[in-house]
Amino acid sequence: MADKPKLAIWKFSSCDGCQLTLLDCEDELLSVVGAVDVAYFVEASRETKPGPYDVSLVEGSITTPHEAELIQQVRKDSKFLVSIGACATGGGIQALKNYADVSDYINTVYATPEYISTLDKATPISDHVQVDFELRGCPIDKGQLLEVVNALLYNRRPNIPTHSVCIECKRRFTPCVMVRGIPCLGPVTQAGCGAICPAHERGCYGCFGPMETPNAASLGQWLLDKGMISEGDLVRLFRTFNSDAPAFRDASIHFEKEVQRDG
Amino acid sequence: MADKRNTTIEVDYLARVEGEGNMFIEIKDGELQELRFGIHEPPRFFEAFLKDRKFTEAPDITARICGICPVAYQMSSVHAMEDALQAQITPWIREMRRFFYCGEHIQSHILHAYLLHAPDFLGYESSIHMAADFPKEVEHGLQLKKVGNEIMEIIGGRAVHPINIRVGGFYKAPTRKQMRDIIPVLEKAREMARESCKWVATLPFPDFDRDYTYVCVHHPDEYAFSEGNIVSNKGLNIPASAFNDTFEEIHVEHSNALHCRFRDGGGCYHMGPLARIVNNFDQLPDDSKALADEIGLTRNVMNPFKSILARALETYYCTGEALRIAKEYELPEQPYIDLDVKAGIGHAMTEAPRGGLYHRYRIDDEGLIKEAQLTIPTSQNQAMIEDDLRDFVPKFMHLSDDKLQWHCEQAIRNYDPCISCATHFLNLTVKRS
Ligand code: SF4
Ligand code: SF4
Repeated sequence: MADKPKLAIWKFSSCDGCQLTLLDCEDELLSVVGAVDVAYFVEASRETKPGPYDVSLVEGSITTPHEAELIQQVRKDSKFLVSIGACATGGGIQALKNYADVSDYINTVYATPEYISTLDKATPISDHVQVDFELRGCPIDKGQLLEVVNALLYNRRPNIPTHSVCIECKRRFTPCVMVRGIPCLGPVTQAGCGAICPAHERGCYGCFGPMETPNAASLGQWLLDKGMISEGDLVRLFRTFNSDAPAFRDASIHFEKEVQRDG
Repeated sequence: MADKRNTTIEVDYLARVEGEGNMFIEIKDGELQELRFGIHEPPRFFEAFLKDRKFTEAPDITARICGICPVAYQMSSVHAMEDALQAQITPWIREMRRFFYCGEHIQSHILHAYLLHAPDFLGYESSIHMAADFPKEVEHGLQLKKVGNEIMEIIGGRAVHPINIRVGGFYKAPTRKQMRDIIPVLEKAREMARESCKWVATLPFPDFDRDYTYVCVHHPDEYAFSEGNIVSNKGLNIPASAFNDTFEEIHVEHSNALHCRFRDGGGCYHMGPLARIVNNFDQLPDDSKALADEIGLTRNVMNPFKSILARALETYYCTGEALRIAKEYELPEQPYIDLDVKAGIGHAMTEAPRGGLYHRYRIDDEGLIKEAQLTIPTSQNQAMIEDDLRDFVPKFMHLSDDKLQWHCEQAIRNYDPCISCATHFLNLTVKRS
């Protein structure tokens, strides 16, 4: 037992979907938990062991003062820290509050706003601590998660491609949806999901976040020029689950200014 | 030692609950002084994010509230939007939504019953610990869970945050082959689900009956998932549009989630699998009824610890319902209906695995969301959880702090509280002074 690597799974602001992806590895779950010492995973076990941990998987973004402190401790206690999912790597849906006045939001949702403690912004883990690897997706992909866990167990670099969803469409022979006039973020979104949206005859909405060196503004302008999307819809398209990932954030702000200019 | 004890039990993170909650119990001179159950998921402001988004985005955005029951969010949002647009879906869409819901109920019920709740009954820290002594049961659980996920993958494209759902139907219809290939899988799952019901029935249930007002969606002709009136075992029968006239949400200091209760002073109510079994027993097919009898799940069950039995039975029902749909499957002309965008207000309540999920939206004539209200199962059940604990603690005060805490956590888990909905779990303090 002593030499098994200690694994911890942490949750910050999130929907639990990325952690669930681990429990969804039904065929592999018992062998994974056999190969590691699951030292901290409150969603699955009431037994918790103190750090240090060999690997920490971190789900969720940082939205409260308490979370901002806790992540520092998690970093100190962890040899290797992997942030998992769009919340942890790109802010998640809750980062939409970065574009609004938070006090308005609190007033919309709660009758007694003074009970609520929250930071002005929801930010990815890498804004707070050094992150050793980032796994993308809302939610993360099961196969990619197992690849990361496996790589870490064998001390090698995870094999996670950083090219676009388009490459995955080509690989599975999915005809491009844009040919039929359906706007798609595939060209600027990182692969990993298997290009499932185009395979279901809808455009990619970017849930795996920006690929390496994307040209998001140029794709956006092209969609506008072709009349495939309105400016308002384009801003919304870049502003969903990775709205605090720089490439998507900048694109959404760029097109928002256009909307305002066009009044 | 037990009687005149003074003690405080405080739990900060309740394990095996999706999310984060906390509980504080103070016992003085052997009497319960104070008890609080709260939810401390960082607030994520979904209702505010939805403002000025397109109505078409609601299923994808609201799914992200909960990774355990995204289907429920998608279903409540599409039904509410269709209500706002006064759109009528086709029988094919309706049937495939039932198929989709079967997948989520199986996945979520099994996750909760096997991986989260059963270890409480048997005294294990987790299902991982339990697997050493109950390898066959845990293996069955994982296999069934996988079947639930497979259903969601066929119709939804993936199990967590499905991508194939749109207001008005689905983007793409599953192929005949996909639906044919799942038939033998479901037949096997059905047998496993039957065995699992029998195993769950052998768990030790604490002796604890209450008098609940059970609230859920009811449909006269079928075991309801998403269409029908909101009813109770005490005579309530209202359309979803009357939800706010009947129930209210209040914000209490020790929680980020809102508490719900009847407006007329009727107090709190119980939602979830027990409520559905009690209110919709007649709508179960004969084999499910017979199995319910066999495992001692009656139509007036009032013991919240038996919710795990209700989950097992619903899992059995869902394997059968999914099987029926798969066998009768035919390709549609178009898997969605075309929609005319206009201003309107729409309501829907559908049955998430853990209870009713109410959505209300107001949209403008461009299809932008102007108001959104999402009343989640966990906030509807939260007051009832507290109420159960208030009744439970005095009856089980003779237990040691550790045991008492264990049973309190188990009692909370009766409701499968998915706290991330709200807004993460358990903080328990028991204080005996
Ligand atoms: S990235 Fe998406 S799936 Fe993962 S925790 Fe965040 S909202 Fe949930
Ligand atoms: S195609 Fe795009 S939106 Fe769809 S799952 Fe893949 S990354 Fe996410």
